[in-house]
Amino acid sequence: MASIVRGTKDFWTGIIYIAIGIAAIFFISDFKMGTAVKMGPAYFPTVLSGLLILIGIISFVRSFIQHGSPVSGYAFKGLILVTFSTLLFGFIVRGAGLVIALPLLVIISSYASKQFHWKYSLGMAAGLTMFCILIFLKGLGVPLPILGSWFGR
Amino acid sequence: MELLSNLSLGFSVAITPGNLLYCLAGVFLGTLIGVLPGLGPTATIAMLLPITFTLPPVSALIMLAGIYYGSQYGGSTTSILINVPGEAASVVTALDGYQMARKGRAGVALTTAAVGSFFAGTVATLLLALFAPPLAEFALKFGPADYFSLMVLGLLASVVLAQGSLLHAIGMVVLGLLLGLAGTDVNSGAQRYTFGMPELADGIGFVVVAMGMFGLAEIIRNLEHNEDRTSAVTKITSLMPSRDDWRRMVGPILRGTAIGSALGILPGSGSILGAFAAYSIEKKISKNSAEFGKGAIEGVAAPESANNAGAQTSFIPMLTMGIPSNPVMALMVGAMIIQGIQPGPSVMVEQPALFWGIIVSMWIGNLFLIILNLPMVGMWVKIVTIPYQYLFPAILVFCSIGVFSLKNTQFDIYFMAIFGALGYMFTKLDCEPAPMLLAFILGPMMEEYLRRALLLSRGDPMVFLTRPISATLLAVGVLAIVVASIPALYRKREEAFREE
Repeated sequence: MASIVRGTKDFWTGIIYIAIGIAAIFFISDFKMGTAVKMGPAYFPTVLSGLLILIGIISFVRSFIQHGSPVSGYAFKGLILVTFSTLLFGFIVRGAGLVIALPLLVIISSYASKQFHWKYSLGMAAGLTMFCILIFLKGLGVPLPILGSWFGR
Repeated sequence: MELLSNLSLGFSVAITPGNLLYCLAGVFLGTLIGVLPGLGPTATIAMLLPITFTLPPVSALIMLAGIYYGSQYGGSTTSILINVPGEAASVVTALDGYQMARKGRAGVALTTAAVGSFFAGTVATLLLALFAPPLAEFALKFGPADYFSLMVLGLLASVVLAQGSLLHAIGMVVLGLLLGLAGTDVNSGAQRYTFGMPELADGIGFVVVAMGMFGLAEIIRNLEHNEDRTSAVTKITSLMPSRDDWRRMVGPILRGTAIGSALGILPGSGSILGAFAAYSIEKKISKNSAEFGKGAIEGVAAPESANNAGAQTSFIPMLTMGIPSNPVMALMVGAMIIQGIQPGPSVMVEQPALFWGIIVSMWIGNLFLIILNLPMVGMWVKIVTIPYQYLFPAILVFCSIGVFSLKNTQFDIYFMAIFGALGYMFTKLDCEPAPMLLAFILGPMMEEYLRRALLLSRGDPMVFLTRPISATLLAVGVLAIVVASIPALYRKREEAFREE
C-alpha cells in the first residue's frame, strides 16, 4: 500500500464495511421501505447499511490520519487449507461418502501444521473415520452415507 | 419461604439420575475443553448443540450450562500448571498461579482455585435464585421500546469489552445485525438477502456462524504460531494449603465473588471482566501487593472466584429477560428457542421446573467440579500435552459433521467454511467476532421491537428517550462508550487486554 495510508487495518476495514454496506442497500432496494410507523421489509436493513457505510467512511478517513499497527503474520497456508478442506468435505460427503470425505478433510487440513507428518496424519484419518462412523452415524443417526451415491448406491 | 419451595422444586428436577448424568457430562466436557487451549466454550457448545436437540429441554440446558462453567474451571488448571490459559477468563490466574507452581506450590494453588470457585459458585447460585424472580417481574413492565434499548445497551457493552478498535467493534455489531436479518421477514414474507437460495429462506443458522467465526477461525489463528506445547509440567506435591494460606485467601475470595457476581450481570460481560477487575483491586488493596506476579495466593483466589461467580450470574439476564449477555448465552437462547421455549420473563412462571432445575443443577455441577477435578488433575495435565497438530483436524471433523446434522444439508458446511475464513480475516483487521455474533442473534428481535415501539408511538422516535426505563438504559450505554473512548482510559483498556 502507498505510504500515505497510516493505519492499514483501518484502511481495509473501512473499505470492507463500505463495500458490504453498499451491497446490502443494493440487494434490499427491491423491497418496500415503508414509514417509521409502518415499516417495510427494507426499512431496518437500509438504516443499518447506512450506518455501516458511515462507520466504514470514518475508519477509511482515519487510516490516513492515525497510525496503526500493520497487519502481521497472516497464516495463508492455514487459512486456505482449512477453508478448502472444509468446503471439499461438504462438497463430496454426500457423493463419495464419509470413508473418503473424512480422511481427505483430515489429511488436507493437517498439512497446514508445521509439524505435519504423513504417518501420523494417516493414522489420525483412520482413527477419526472409525470413531465418527461409530458415534455419529451408528450412535446418533446422522444421515450421512459411509459410501456415497457415486459408488452405485 | 418461596425461595425454599422453589429451590426444593429445583432439587427434585436436578437430582433425577438422568439430569445428574447430563450435569456430570456437561461439567466433564466443559473441564476438558477448558483444559484444551484453542477450543473455547462457544465453539464447543455450538458443536454439541445438535446432539442436545433430542434431549428433553431441562436436560439439554443443564448440560450446556455445565459446559460453560466447567470450562471456566478447566481453564484455571492449565493456567496454574503450565502457564497456558485454556480460557480467556483464566489469563489472570496464570500470572500468580504459575508462579506458585514454579515454587512447588501447584497443589495449593489448585486447591485455592477449587475452593474459591466453589464458594463463588454457591453464592452466585443463591444470588441467581434470589434476584431472578424480582428481575423477571420487573421485566414484565418492559415495553417494546425498553427492550430495544436494553438490547442496544447489551450490544454497546459488548463493544466496550471487545479487544481492539472501538469503531471496528461497532461496525461488527451493525454487520451482525444485518446478517441476522437474512431470510424471510416475519411481517411481510419478503425474502431478504436470500439471493434466491431456498437454503437461506430460514436465515443463516447461528450455530453455523458461531462454529465458523469461533471454531474454524480459532483453528486458523492457532496455526499461525505452531509452537510445540510439550512444556515442562509441574509436579504436584501437597494439595493442602497451610493455615496461613487459608487466612490469606478468605478476603480475596469474598471480594472476588462480589465483584464477579456484580459484573457478570452486566450485559455483554460474562466472566472475563470480573476476573481482571478482581485481580487489579486485590493487587491495590492487599498487604502483600509486592508479592503479586511472583506467586501470591491472593492473585489466584480473587480472579478464580470472580470468573466463576460471573459465569453463573451471567445467566440472570438470559433467564429473566431472554437477553443474552455474551456469545455463550446467545447460544443458550438459541437452544431454548429450538426446544420450543421462548426465553423471557414468562419462563419462570410457565416453566418453573425448568427454571429452578437449571439453577439448582449449577450448584450440583459446582460440587461435581470440585470432586472431579482435584483427584483427576493428573489426567487433565496429560490431555494438555496432546500436540495441537492432532487436535485441530479432529475439531474440524466434529464441527463439519455437527453443522451438517443441524438441518442435514451440506450448505451449512459451506457457510461455516466461509464464516471461518471471514472470521479469521476480521480478527486480523482488529474486528472482534464476539460482538458480531451477539448482534446476529439480536438482529431479528431488535427489528421486531423497533417496529412495535414505533408503531405504538405513531412513528415518534422520542419514545426511546421519554420512557424512563428506556432512557436510563440508553444513557448507561452511551456513558459506557464515552468512558471507553476517553484516551487515558482507552489506553488502560488496551493494557488490560494486552496481558493476554
